[in-house]
Amino acid sequence: MTLLEIQDLNVGVDSREIIRGLDLMVNAGEVHAIMGPNGSGKSTLSHVIAGKSGYEVTGGHILFRGEDLLEMEPNERAAKGVFLAFQYPVEIPGVTTMNFLRTALNALRKARGRGELSTPEFLKKVREVAGSLNITRDMLKRGVNVGFSGGEKKRNEVLQMALFEPSLCILDEIDSGLDIDALRIVASGINGLRSPERAMIVITHYQRLLHYIVPDYVHVMSKGRVVKSGGKELALELEACGYAQFETAA
Amino acid sequence: MVAVQETVERVRRIDVDQYRYGFETQIESDKAPKGLSEDTVRFISAKKNEPAWMLEWRLEAYRRWLTMTEPTWARVDYPKIDYQDIYYYAAPKPKKTLSSIDEIDPEILKTYEKLGIPLREVAILEGVEPPPGGPPSANRKIAVDAVFDSVSVATTFQKELKAAGVIFMPISEAIREHPELVQKYLGTVVPTSDNYFATLNSAVFSDGSFVYVPPGVRCPMELSTYFRINERNTGQFERTLIIADKGSYVSYLEGCTAPQRDENQLHAAVVELVTFDDAEIKYSTVQNWYPGNSEGKGGIYNFVTKRGDCRGKNSKISWTQVETGSAITWKYPSCILRGDNSSGEFYSIAISNGFQQVDSGTKMIHLGKNTSSRIISKGIAAGKSQNTYRGLVSAHRKATGARNYTACDSLLIGDKCGAHTVPYVEAKNSSATFEHEATTSKISEDVLFYCLQRGLSEQQAIGLVVNGFAKDVLQKLPMEFAVEAQKLISISLEGSVG
Repeated sequence: MTLLEIQDLNVGVDSREIIRGLDLMVNAGEVHAIMGPNGSGKSTLSHVIAGKSGYEVTGGHILFRGEDLLEMEPNERAAKGVFLAFQYPVEIPGVTTMNFLRTALNALRKARGRGELSTPEFLKKVREVAGSLNITRDMLKRGVNVGFSGGEKKRNEVLQMALFEPSLCILDEIDSGLDIDALRIVASGINGLRSPERAMIVITHYQRLLHYIVPDYVHVMSKGRVVKSGGKELALELEACGYAQFETAA
Repeated sequence: MVAVQETVERVRRIDVDQYRYGFETQIESDKAPKGLSEDTVRFISAKKNEPAWMLEWRLEAYRRWLTMTEPTWARVDYPKIDYQDIYYYAAPKPKKTLSSIDEIDPEILKTYEKLGIPLREVAILEGVEPPPGGPPSANRKIAVDAVFDSVSVATTFQKELKAAGVIFMPISEAIREHPELVQKYLGTVVPTSDNYFATLNSAVFSDGSFVYVPPGVRCPMELSTYFRINERNTGQFERTLIIADKGSYVSYLEGCTAPQRDENQLHAAVVELVTFDDAEIKYSTVQNWYPGNSEGKGGIYNFVTKRGDCRGKNSKISWTQVETGSAITWKYPSCILRGDNSSGEFYSIAISNGFQQVDSGTKMIHLGKNTSSRIISKGIAAGKSQNTYRGLVSAHRKATGARNYTACDSLLIGDKCGAHTVPYVEAKNSSATFEHEATTSKISEDVLFYCLQRGLSEQQAIGLVVNGFAKDVLQKLPMEFAVEAQKLISISLEGSVG
């Protein structure tokens, strides 16, 4: 089943074109890697799918399960199942992680027509997932991402991804700022969430991540469009030859 | 940036007409003639069956007031007040003396119900005890001295308080029943000559609360008053006096909300606190007067003088306030740290939205040795509001070892509002240690987007972020109040985004 369908997408910021005629199809159960050099439009793509303001979509459309995603508010998109793991998760002082998780989960459940979780159910669920990600109870009591290390912030993103049961996960440079041990934990958390109903878009700079999260498809982005698509072996090719060959192709 | 603009637009479209508590109760009332004169003062005093000394005290204040001019130093802007165009007294007509809660006008009870506060309180009013083993907070008792318009219509838990020796009653009654106490303390913290609004209040105050906690007594319950202005064009002049004698403790909660109306309403309250050796008063306020409509019309003018006098050694006074309402707020709950080792605290959350103007802060006057004070102020400005923290920390020549810590944080929502910090610091003693920290920040689009991406609405996101910002102060509130205050914070920012 097609989850995400992007056709001829054009996006600008402050009248500068960032994405120029991008096409992408993602089916349930698939993991797509999007690679490309800095400034190729990878993060912009993730922001536009999630609905961040400040971008102007000048052409094309994004369908999610056949519905026009661009017409929806970011929280409606989240309720439909779009989840973005941020490259730079924000800090929210004074709001404990636990409180944030609960408020968000209940908002999502409500929007999806499900009842709120009881406190014991919620705690059980959080502790289960948190344990598998090495997230301590102390972290859950702290302000959202306040004083978290880079690795802790990314694990917190994966924790939310697991709790909020999205159908499309977009991981924006989830590997940035992670050492090898943290990367293993995060990757195994993500791999555990792979399922036939769920799709993932893994945005990364480096092939390294794709050793841990093995994609079904690899797309190379350059100058705002997909310039080459292939299987996982394309990532290896990139690792060997770099992005330069595609820069000219674009 | 398209979206930043969008948020700003939404802030512009703010609609504080949605003011939740904008309703009026139909009750017959008993008014003084419009305007202010010696006759008005005499009318009020007569209505209250006051002794001659009280009338004299009022008249002296009135005459003093005639010689004074309205202060203009605050960062607030409002049309000139015509003091002759105001009613200075209104009381619900008493049908008979109330001996039990059932006799309270059902209309009044309904009003409380609409405020969302009442069911719990009504249960308490009716003496319904929570089941044993219930949550600890539910077991805590709150005595309510309900000030409806200008007259206290209900006073509860008198018996239990009486057993502890605590006096908690409308000040109008205390003037008659405990004249020696009232006469001894009234006006000793805020003198009748103190400032324009306090002097006005001294002349025409209608009612308020009186509390006396005898030596060594820990007040067995939190004392609470819900204020409510309910008479069109009627100024509200509350007068509260709380005395904590040696080694005693009392926690007092004051909360208020007012109905929607067109005319501006003048509110000039005075609160005086006195603590003796080793005594402590904790005074918490949630203020939610009508802030005015989306054009900035209407709304309460709130000119309040609140001051505590730490008269004894090791005494303590703590002010906690959550200010969300009023068109104009002019309010500086202060502490005079007279006793050696005494301490004062001021914890404040001031939220302004729409066209609200807040000029609030505190004064910590260090007079005794080794006195300490702590100020935590959180200002949140949205819409086209102006939010000023104005504070004074001063150490007298003899205040050896005075210490103060001040932290003023401001949060801006949108780009049409303003946050200002005006701290005054005076140390006349070289051993004083004063620290001051201040920050100003905005709710960033990134934080909002993060929350939205996790499924929260913009409203929920702002409520969450602001509550997080104000957490240090919210934690200082008594439990029940803290929960209400959190809701209130979210409600009062409802117009700030679409």
